[in-house]
Amino acid sequence: MIRPDKSLLYYPRMPATWWLRKWSYFLFIVREFSSLFIAAYLVLFLVQLYQLGNGAAAYSTFTNSLKSPGWIVFHAVVLVFAVYHSVTWFYTTSIVIPLRIGGKEIPRAAFTAINIAAWIAVSAVVFGLYLLQ
Amino acid sequence: MPEPTITLNVSRYRPPDERVPTSQVYTIPYRPDWVVLDALNYIKDQVDGSLSFRWSCRMGVCGSCGMMINGEAKLTCSVFLRDYHPREILVEPLENFPVIKDLVIDMSDFLDKLKIVKPWIIRETEKPTSEGEYLQTPEEMDAYMGFSACINCLLCYAACPIFGVETDFIGPAALALGYRYNQDSRDEGSNMRWNVINDHHGTWQCTFVGECSVVCPKDVDPAAAIQRLKVDTAKHWIRSVLLPWGKRA
Amino acid sequence: MPTSVTHDILIIGGGGAGLRAAIAAAEHSAKLSIGIVSKVYPMRSHTVSAEGGAAGVMRDNDSLDQHAKDTIFGADFLADQDAVEILVNEAPGELIQIEHWGCPWSRDPDGRISVRSFGGMSVDRTVYAADKTGFHMLHTLFQTSLKYESIHRYDECFVTSILADDGKARGVTFINMYSGQVQLITAKAVIICTGGCGRIFPFTTNASIKSGDGMALAYRSGVPLKDMEFVQYHPTGMPGTGILITEASRGEGGWLVNKDGYRYLQDYGLGPPTDTPVHRKMELGPRDILSRCHMQEFQKGRTFEGPYGHYVHLDLRHIGEAVIDSKLPFVRELSRNYLGIDPVYEPIPVRPVVHYMMGGIHTDADGKTPMDGLFAAGETACVSVNGANRLGSNSLTELLVFGARAGRAAAQYAEQEPAGPSQPLDALAGDEQRRLEQQYFRKEGGKVRISEIRDAMQHAMEEGVGVYRNEEDLLKTCQTLRDLRHRFSDIRIEDKTDIFNTERTTVLELDYMLDLAEAIANSALQRKESRGSHTRTDYPDRDDENFLKHTMVLRTPEGPKIEYAPVTITRWQPEERKY
Ligand SMILES: Cc1cc2nc3c(=O)[nH]c(=O)nc-3n(C[C@H](O)[C@H](O)[C@H](O)COP(=O)(O)OP(=O)(O)OC[C@H]3O[C@@H](n4cnc5c(N)ncnc54)[C@H](O)[C@@H]3O)c2cc1C
Ligand code: SF4
Ligand code: FES
Repeated sequence: MIRPDKSLLYYPRMPATWWLRKWSYFLFIVREFSSLFIAAYLVLFLVQLYQLGNGAAAYSTFTNSLKSPGWIVFHAVVLVFAVYHSVTWFYTTSIVIPLRIGGKEIPRAAFTAINIAAWIAVSAVVFGLYLLQ
Repeated sequence: MPEPTITLNVSRYRPPDERVPTSQVYTIPYRPDWVVLDALNYIKDQVDGSLSFRWSCRMGVCGSCGMMINGEAKLTCSVFLRDYHPREILVEPLENFPVIKDLVIDMSDFLDKLKIVKPWIIRETEKPTSEGEYLQTPEEMDAYMGFSACINCLLCYAACPIFGVETDFIGPAALALGYRYNQDSRDEGSNMRWNVINDHHGTWQCTFVGECSVVCPKDVDPAAAIQRLKVDTAKHWIRSVLLPWGKRA
Repeated sequence: MPTSVTHDILIIGGGGAGLRAAIAAAEHSAKLSIGIVSKVYPMRSHTVSAEGGAAGVMRDNDSLDQHAKDTIFGADFLADQDAVEILVNEAPGELIQIEHWGCPWSRDPDGRISVRSFGGMSVDRTVYAADKTGFHMLHTLFQTSLKYESIHRYDECFVTSILADDGKARGVTFINMYSGQVQLITAKAVIICTGGCGRIFPFTTNASIKSGDGMALAYRSGVPLKDMEFVQYHPTGMPGTGILITEASRGEGGWLVNKDGYRYLQDYGLGPPTDTPVHRKMELGPRDILSRCHMQEFQKGRTFEGPYGHYVHLDLRHIGEAVIDSKLPFVRELSRNYLGIDPVYEPIPVRPVVHYMMGGIHTDADGKTPMDGLFAAGETACVSVNGANRLGSNSLTELLVFGARAGRAAAQYAEQEPAGPSQPLDALAGDEQRRLEQQYFRKEGGKVRISEIRDAMQHAMEEGVGVYRNEEDLLKTCQTLRDLRHRFSDIRIEDKTDIFNTERTTVLELDYMLDLAEAIANSALQRKESRGSHTRTDYPDRDDENFLKHTMVLRTPEGPKIEYAPVTITRWQPEERKY
C-alpha cells in the first residue's frame, strides 16, 4: 500500500483537558473514577470482616468509629458513585445481551429500566429484612 | 436586501512549507438547502482552488467526507448550513488522525486494522456455486446485518478518546466488522479472529465511552459490537481453558 | 525519472468491476502479481451508491431466454446478442459467488435469496440487499480482496496515461496523491475499470469521481469508444442534487403522478394503471420511455415547478411504512435528510437525471479492446449488452460477469506474454511527467476558472444531448465544446503545492470530460434516427436499415471521427419496441 511520508504529516495531540470537551467524555471519566471509591469501600469492608474475627468487643469499637461525620460523608459519596456505576452497568448489560421478545429486540432503555426496577426491588427486600431483624 | 452570507472557519495545513495548521476564514453566500460540503465546494470552485478535502457520493454512503464540524465528527454531505446559520462554522480534519493536507487525514492505518480482523467469510469447505446459495433466514441475517452497514467513514475513531491516546487500538469500526463476520451464519472463522480481537490492542482496550455509537451516521453501534465481543472472547477463553481439546468455539 | 514497479496485471479502478477482475485473476493463478490503482480508496468507488439490485435468473418461473429477451428488447436491439447470452448465463453463478463471499442479499423466510421486480423485466429477477445493493456488493468484494496476498493496492493514485510499446499496453503513469510525484507501473496486461462519466452533465446521480477517466485514456490511446450517444436518464432523481431514488421504489409499487395527482404514464401507452405493479407496465416501463414521458408532461405544463426546475411526484404512501422500512430504508433516509420529506406521509419530488453510460470502451466479451494487452470492464466498457438502453439492475450484474471474464482473460494473456524491455516505458513516463509539469503543475498565469469551463460544458451537454436532441442544438453543442477546448488551455491553477493537490486532479478530470463530451455529441449528431435513449426530434423513428449498427468514435487531431460496426443478431430479430 502506498502511504504518505510520515515526516510531512501533522500529528495532533490530545489536550490534557479532552474529557472536559464533551458531556459524554466527562461522564465517562466520572464512571472510571467511581471505581476508585468502590474499591476504597471494598477495602473498608475487608477491614470490617477482619475486625469481626477479632471478637465482639473489637468489632463494636470499629463500627462505632464509623459513626463519625467523616465516615458518614464517605459512605454517602460511595453510595452515589456506586449507584451511578450500577446504572451504567445495567445499561451496558442491555447492550451486551440484546433481549428478544417474540423475535423483536426490546428497546435498550426498556431493558435497562427493567433491570433497575429489579435491582430496586431486591434492595427493598434486603432493606426490609434488615428492618425486621 | 443584501444576499445572506455564512462564514466558515477552515483549518489549513500545507506541507512542506507550513508545518502546523492555521485557519482561514471564508465568507460565502448562504443557501439553506446547502450542506457543508456544498459550501466547501463553493469555496473550491469560486474562491480558493487550493483547499483540499475528500468527497465523492454526496449522499452519505461512500464515507469520504468526514470532518469535525464545530468540534463534532460529521459527514459534511449530511449536515446543512441552516443548522448553524447565522453562526460561524468551524471545519477541521477528523480528530485523532494525522493530517496530510488541509482537511485530508491519513487513514492508511485503518486499512491495516481492517485487514487483520479478517473481514471475509472463512469456511472449512467451500460449497461450489452450482449447488446454490448458503441458506440464511431473515432472523439469521438480523444477527449481523446492522454491523455490516459500516461505510468506513471513521467518525467513530474521531470520537473515541481511547483511540486518541492509544492509536494502536484496533478501534470501533474494524472490531465491529470482525464481529459482523463472527455473527454471520455462513462463517466458520471466528477461531481465527480471536487472537486479534483478544489482543491488548483489541476489545479490552475499550473502556466503553460509547461515543462511537453516538456519532455513527449509519447506526452501526460499534460500542455494542465491542462489548459483545468481550463477552464472546471471555466465553471462548473459558472454554479453551476448560476444554483444551475442544477446538470449536 | 519517475520511479517504477511492475506487476503482471494492472487494474485501473477499485470499484465493483475492478475488484471482481482482481479476484478472478488472483483465483486464476496465485503466481500472478496484480496491482489495483484507484484514485479513491476502493470502498469509496461509485458502485457504493447503487441501490436497487442486480438481475439474474434465480427462480423456476424464469428462464435465461426470458432475461436475454428482456435485455435485448430493452436495448432496442442494439445489444450484441451473443454477449447478452453470456451475461444472462453467467449471472446466476456470479450472484451466488458473491453471496458465498458474504454479500448480505435480502432473504425469503425460508432462507433463499429474494428477488424483486424492476423496470423492463418481465419476471421478478432482481436480487438485492435492501436498497443498498451496491454498497454491500462493493464492501463484500473489497473485504474479500483483502485475503489475497497477490493483490497489491495503490490507493489514491490518479492515472494520467496508458503506456504502450510496440502496439501493446504495457503500463500506466499516475500521480501519487500523497507526494504529487508522477510514478510508473509496468505490466503485461492493463484492465480499465474506471466507471462512467455522468459528471459531464449538470444533473446526475453520479458521484464527483465519475469523470470517465478510463474512457478518455483509452480514446487517447487510439481505442474506439462505442455507442457513446446513448446516455441513460433515470426518471427519478432528486431535483437539484440529482440524488437517486431507486427504481426499486417503483418495483415495490410506487406511483408517478403529475401536478394534478394523475398517473400520467397511462397517456403514453404504458397503461392501464393498476394498484399493484405489473411487469413492464406503467411505472415499471423502461427508463428511456419514462424519462421521455416526463419531458412531454413538462411540455404540456403538467409538471410542478421548483427552484431546480420541473418535477413530478413519486408517491410511496400507499405502500406503507412497514414495506418502506424493510425494503426501502435508504429511500426514506435520503428523502428525510436531503428533502426534509418523509415518504411514508408525503410524495417525493423527482425528475429525470443523467444516470448511466450505455456506451464506452469497445471490447469483446472477454473485455479485450482492439489494443493488445488492454482490457476494460464495468460501466467504462461497452461489450455491448446494454445497447441503446440499459435495463435497471443489469449493470451490477454486468460488472460481476464481465469483470470476472476480463480478469481471467487478462490473466491468461499475462501468462503467455513475455515481459518486454522497460527502457521505452521509462522514456514514455519521463515524457508524461514533463507534459504534466508543463501543462499543469508549473503552469503560471492562466485566467479561466476550472468551474467556469465545467459549468459551460455541462450546460452545453444538457442543451444539445439531453433527453430530446436535434441537429441544430447538437451542432451548437459541438461548436461550444470546441470553443471550450480552446479556452481550456488558459485554465488557472491556484494550488502550486505537491501534496494532495486536488485541484490538479480536478483539472485533469475536466480535460478527460471535454474529450468525452465531444465524442458523445458527435456520435449523437451522426445517428440520424431515434433508438432507445437517443431520441432525435428531427428523426423520430428507429431506422434499422441505416442505423442498426454500433457507433465507433475515434480520436483524431481534427476531432472525433465516426465509424460504424455491425450488431450481432442471433436468435431475436428486431421488432417494434412496444410495452
Ligand atoms: C446512484 C446510482 C444507483 C445505481 N443503482 C444501480 C442498481 O440498482 N443496479 C444496477 O445494476 N446498477 C446501478 N447503477 C449503475 C452501477 O452502479 C454502475 O454502473 C457500476 O457500479 C459501475 O461500477 P464500475 O466498477 O464500473 O465503476 P465504479 O464503481 O465507478 O469505479 C470506478 C473506479 O475507477 C477508479 N478510477 C476512475 N478514474 C481513475 C483514475 N484516473 N485513476 C485511478 N483510478 C480511477 C475509481 O477510483 C473507482 O475505484 C447505479 C448507479 C448510480 C449512479
Ligand atoms: S462504525 Fe459508523 S462511524 Fe464508524 S466507520 Fe463505520 S459507519 Fe463510520
Ligand atoms: S461524500 Fe460520500 S459520504 Fe459524504
